[in-house]
Amino acid sequence: MILKHKHLLGIEQLDASEISTILDTAESFLEVSRREVKKVPTLRGKTIVNLFFEPSTRTRSSFELAAKRLSADILNFSQVTSSVVKGETLKDTVLNLEAMNIDALIVRHSASGAPHFISSFCHSPVINAGDGTHEHPTQALLDAFTIRQEKKRLRGLKVTIVGDILHSRVARSNILLLRKMGAKVVCCGPPSLVPLEFKAYGVEIKYNIETALKGADVVMMLRIQLERQRKNFFPSLREYISLFALTPERFNLAKKDAIIMHPGPINRCVELSTELADSAHSVILKQVENGVAVRMAILYLLLGGKEREDTD
Amino acid sequence: MEEKIKAKVMDARKIKRALERMTTEILERNRDLENLVIVGIRTRGIYLGKRIAALIAQAEKIKVPVGVLDITLYRDDFSELEAQHMVQKTEIDFPITDKDVLLVDDVLFTGRTIRAAMDSLIDLGRPRTIQLLVLIDRGHRELPIRADYVGKFLPTSKREMVQVHLDEIDGVDEVLITEPVEIE
Amino acid sequence: MKILIKNGRVIDPLTNIDDTLDILIQDGRIVEVKAKIDTSEAQTIDASRLVVTPGLIDMHVHLREPGFEYKETIASGAKAAARGGFTSIACMPNTSPPNDNRGVTEFILAQARKVNLVNVFPVAAITKGLQGKELTDMADLQAAGAIAFSDDGQPVSSSLIMRRALEYAQMLNTLIIDHCEDRELSAEGVMNEGEWSLKFGLQGIPAVAEEIIVARDILLTRLTGSPLHVAHLSTKGSLELLRWAKANRLPVTAEVTPHHLLLTDQMMADYDTNLKVNPPLRSEEDRQALLEGLRDGTIDVIATDHAPHAPDEKDVEFDQAPFGIIGLESALPVLLDRLVQTKIITLNRLVELLSTNPARLLKLKNKGHLQVGADADLTLIQLQKKHTLDVSQFASQSRNCPFAGWSVKGRAVMTIVGGRIVYNALSS
Repeated sequence: MILKHKHLLGIEQLDASEISTILDTAESFLEVSRREVKKVPTLRGKTIVNLFFEPSTRTRSSFELAAKRLSADILNFSQVTSSVVKGETLKDTVLNLEAMNIDALIVRHSASGAPHFISSFCHSPVINAGDGTHEHPTQALLDAFTIRQEKKRLRGLKVTIVGDILHSRVARSNILLLRKMGAKVVCCGPPSLVPLEFKAYGVEIKYNIETALKGADVVMMLRIQLERQRKNFFPSLREYISLFALTPERFNLAKKDAIIMHPGPINRCVELSTELADSAHSVILKQVENGVAVRMAILYLLLGGKEREDTD
Repeated sequence: MEEKIKAKVMDARKIKRALERMTTEILERNRDLENLVIVGIRTRGIYLGKRIAALIAQAEKIKVPVGVLDITLYRDDFSELEAQHMVQKTEIDFPITDKDVLLVDDVLFTGRTIRAAMDSLIDLGRPRTIQLLVLIDRGHRELPIRADYVGKFLPTSKREMVQVHLDEIDGVDEVLITEPVEIE
Repeated sequence: MKILIKNGRVIDPLTNIDDTLDILIQDGRIVEVKAKIDTSEAQTIDASRLVVTPGLIDMHVHLREPGFEYKETIASGAKAAARGGFTSIACMPNTSPPNDNRGVTEFILAQARKVNLVNVFPVAAITKGLQGKELTDMADLQAAGAIAFSDDGQPVSSSLIMRRALEYAQMLNTLIIDHCEDRELSAEGVMNEGEWSLKFGLQGIPAVAEEIIVARDILLTRLTGSPLHVAHLSTKGSLELLRWAKANRLPVTAEVTPHHLLLTDQMMADYDTNLKVNPPLRSEEDRQALLEGLRDGTIDVIATDHAPHAPDEKDVEFDQAPFGIIGLESALPVLLDRLVQTKIITLNRLVELLSTNPARLLKLKNKGHLQVGADADLTLIQLQKKHTLDVSQFASQSRNCPFAGWSVKGRAVMTIVGGRIVYNALSS
């Protein structure tokens, strides 16, 4: 058994060797994605459902391409067309889809733990494509894949994550993964968005972006949402930019060969200057390419082999 | 399950001779060596392929490119496998369209691996011809597939297993017939 | 009709009794308590190996009727109480319509009489519609049978309204029970704020959301001199404030729930909605502080905050699930098993928390003790037998119990209300 669990609910459940396996497997799928005929017959006849209760274009498309390149059939079930508006419960929605003999469920939901809830009664593998402010495991895996591609390792690297850590599932999954793989993580942002309790994850917390960036191998910028300003997590966008935006001057404090990452979509000139976003240091588009390969690897690993039960 | 060795059917010398003989056959059949490429099927096909390329280089002073094919994603028994197989990279860094592709594997058995390999090759391009070289043909074909070059025909029972060991990974060149034994 | 309970270990914290005694009940009252009572005309119950206590009183339950009968009715709630060993329950006013007028109070009492199982004491709303803006007609409600006042489920957000309620309650010699929560601080929170809420990605409710209102209420008590009871106190900070109030002889009391005493926020890794409750399950540090508060006498009462919700309502995403845990049928077993058997508190102290003190706070003079003349409300407890909490057997209509499946030692085996056996597990 390569992965110990039937579902991929979060980085939380994976150990370092499982993470390495997923990343190694993704290497092969990156090669497939770069072929002229970008398709292998591996999951022919399997039906995968993209169950998205939150608007998302890139993650959904990435999963869709991953499934298609493995020859699986994919059904997109999104919020707008769903019966959720008619008051059907999440459980009923899933049970109805399952009744159509599906083989895997990719779930994006605004409620933290929704994929865990679904996995409690769903027989097919459930893949978390982002739940509330909890986890976004495939994003963290593709980020790790990209870092490994650029830096050839994860252990010992200094990764600085800047922005709204509190509300970021991307940050949570990345922190968990990077710590498991032996990287050093520094979180930076205003205290209202970077609570001290994050220290329990083994990260360092800095409120000053210059200090946080010093000697970084990887700088991960998070998207800042205007909604947070309305809730007074910070006073104004202008002040946020002045304190926490990544500018070329600030980026100079990182290592010379440091890379810039962003889970997208970018707010140009807000958290990240256009100059840097388009610079040679930016690996943002590589992250997108790698996303498909990593998701192919996950679908392959979870759907391959005979149906199995969780081992623990 | 353990296995016991029933017979050693080839040693280093015999393997070398078989490869040399097959190389001669390849040269006889392929006039246009510039158009020949070798693709080895993971894992032992790679090394057999490299040895053939070396023998060709020795004889004709021509460097034939060798690629690596991983057929895991093309297997037809994917959902019956007990656990997932690790996928490894396919590394063919030359075009195969309009080439004469020499597909190399260690053992030809049911033919399913070769079927998967051909599907995979055809997704990668449109070769002019595909020829198949195997060190051992042990029979029991389930698909209409036949090798163009065979190192040794080895009639076996279905219960038996054929193990090819190569110096590059196993530290020794030999071909063994083994049989599983139930442990008490 | 006479009942004679023979050879039980009789515990009555009020009169400091803990002895093997017989109790004779006649016409709904206790007529005799002594070592050996012999009478031939009474129904005799052999209570040797059992503990006999004054009937347990749960001063904080939600019966959901009128309005939410699909969650619980007065009938099903009363049955659950009887099964759990409770002879009296005080029900909160957040029904639909809320209990903010005589009509609803009378309706609840009428339903309870019809059910005729345990004593049901309605707690009426402090403010009309639980809106926190205008006081209810408290005197009229009291006359109709309201035993205390609370906007439970909602805090009384306005300090001014709280002040007025306390002042007015003093005239009526009644108790104000506050659900202490600063709604601006708790906001969209669904669990305790801290390391674990960050980990589970769930919005947090900080401890200070409770503490800030506990502090305010204590200061208003100092101003008005009127008694105040803190419902479901859940944090270490609140407990420290309560200690300060008691040290300053302010008439402040508090209850804690079994779930806050036994469960913590760390347990929510599986997003089990049966652990979603308000106030939320707190940290282990808070829990330890509450246990200390039980031991040192700071905490007055254990109440269940029995809050039934239909299974369908809980079988949803964590964010969407309603707050609340049922407790009537699990409270006594889990408290006996995890607090008394483990010697964290004595059995006598538990009886004080579950009967003596709530009777005193609610001014139920003839309840909460076993003196001659008291109401014949009694709970018979078996301490030794191990059993599994099987929610499918619960009388409550709801199943949202986080203690489901727990293996516990000890439970009520007979509940007697007004001299009548309303629950009997001895015969089976």
